Amino acid sequence: MTEGNIRVLIAKPGLDGHDRGAKVVARALRDAGMEVIYTGLRQTPEMIAEAALQEDVDVVGISILSGAHMALVPRILELMKANGQDDVKLFLGGIIPDEDIAQLKKMGVSGIYGPGASTEDIVAQIRTDVFKRA
Amino acid sequence: MKLSQALLNQNRLALSRTLTHVENNSEKGRAVLNEIFPHTGKAHLIGVTGAPGTGKSTLVNQLALHYRKEKDYRIAILAVDPSSPFTGGAVLGDRVRMRDLSGDSKVFIRSMATRGSLGGLAQSTSAMVQVFDAANFDLILIETVGAGQAEVDIAKLAHTTLVVEAPGLGDDIQAIKAGILEIADILVVNKADRSGVENTERALKGMLELAHPTQRVFQHHGRQMVLKVPEMPKGENPLWFPVVKRTVAKDGIGITELVEAIENHVAFLRESGEWFSRERTQLQATFDSLLRESLFNRFLDKLSPQQYEDILSQIMKREESPWSAAEKLLDRRKP
Repeated sequence: MTEGNIRVLIAKPGLDGHDRGAKVVARALRDAGMEVIYTGLRQTPEMIAEAALQEDVDVVGISILSGAHMALVPRILELMKANGQDDVKLFLGGIIPDEDIAQLKKMGVSGIYGPGASTEDIVAQIRTDVFKRA
Repeated sequence: MKLSQALLNQNRLALSRTLTHVENNSEKGRAVLNEIFPHTGKAHLIGVTGAPGTGKSTLVNQLALHYRKEKDYRIAILAVDPSSPFTGGAVLGDRVRMRDLSGDSKVFIRSMATRGSLGGLAQSTSAMVQVFDAANFDLILIETVGAGQAEVDIAKLAHTTLVVEAPGLGDDIQAIKAGILEIADILVVNKADRSGVENTERALKGMLELAHPTQRVFQHHGRQMVLKVPEMPKGENPLWFPVVKRTVAKDGIGITELVEAIENHVAFLRESGEWFSRERTQLQATFDSLLRESLFNRFLDKLSPQQYEDILSQIMKREESPWSAAEKLLDRRKP
């Protein structure tokens, strides 16, 4: 178990400008006692991996509504691995078609949450995963 | 390779992990701090403080961009935001304003939460600054939480303190109150494209003029503790008169002039011996607070939880006052 608080990076890659979901999740994680680093809209995979490295987060949560997840997610995972952060968990939220889920999980995505997902589930899953990581 | 060695070699993952260890005050963190201490004391520390929404993060972003372009400095940014007093959680959002800096390998941005600390910084902020210093950053920008009137810890830590104001936040009475305005080496009136900027500037300048004749403006330079420094080398002119600078950080206006003022201040610190005395204040504050903490813990270790609980319940029943209880306990333990 990490000794300090759980640190989570919340980022929105790609070009769609709707960050309501990301903010709701950020707020829920905050209320669960986590430290959430919020980076804002239109992040490139490079920016996300760099922020994850500098902030030494336990978890990265990204929100994608644009449909570009099959391009963005592998790139982020690859960059994080190159930085030596392959033990950091990646969570995905937004609009993800069912047929992509299996493949994303195979790539190493820890959790995928679409519309209607409960923030309590996200909190619980993050806690379990961070506990396992240590 | 050892963590401290990797850090000194400027490995970014090692730096990041070290910062976490130090922030959590873990055993490993303390060990690394010991190992790297001889390599610290080189960087220029700039503190940026001011009320929420005055544009601190945007200003830090612009300062970093300017220094990168003009001087090729390696720059670290430590941005502090508040923790929730109820859950301990936090949303750290300063990076949102600093996206211009991403992709530059000579810039390192780290966000941290206050974790219950008051005063505008977190408990471990100064130790984290030491880590950046050892990792060979030339300039370390420390952004405090949105500060009101009394969050003045930054002045004990930084060499140069910028207090950021914006038009419309207060009148000339606010400006003569003690506290945050006093610690400014440089006052920045940001959002200077807004109406009311003349009034804000006039109030601040008026405040500074009131301070001049009383000679010891010096007292007020980030000096919250009484310090006797017999051996402090004194230069010709030990006085720094704070200056007021206008900026529009979102458009990068006024940044060149602000950096000029910062460089003047650095020159003053070096020539007057103030650099030395500020460093001494900072190390003394670190040493004192560690001493206080470890003495307190050592004392508590000798007390069983039951004993402690008994005293507390006596106080609760009003049979003993907190003052007399503390005195008794200390007297009993006199050697």
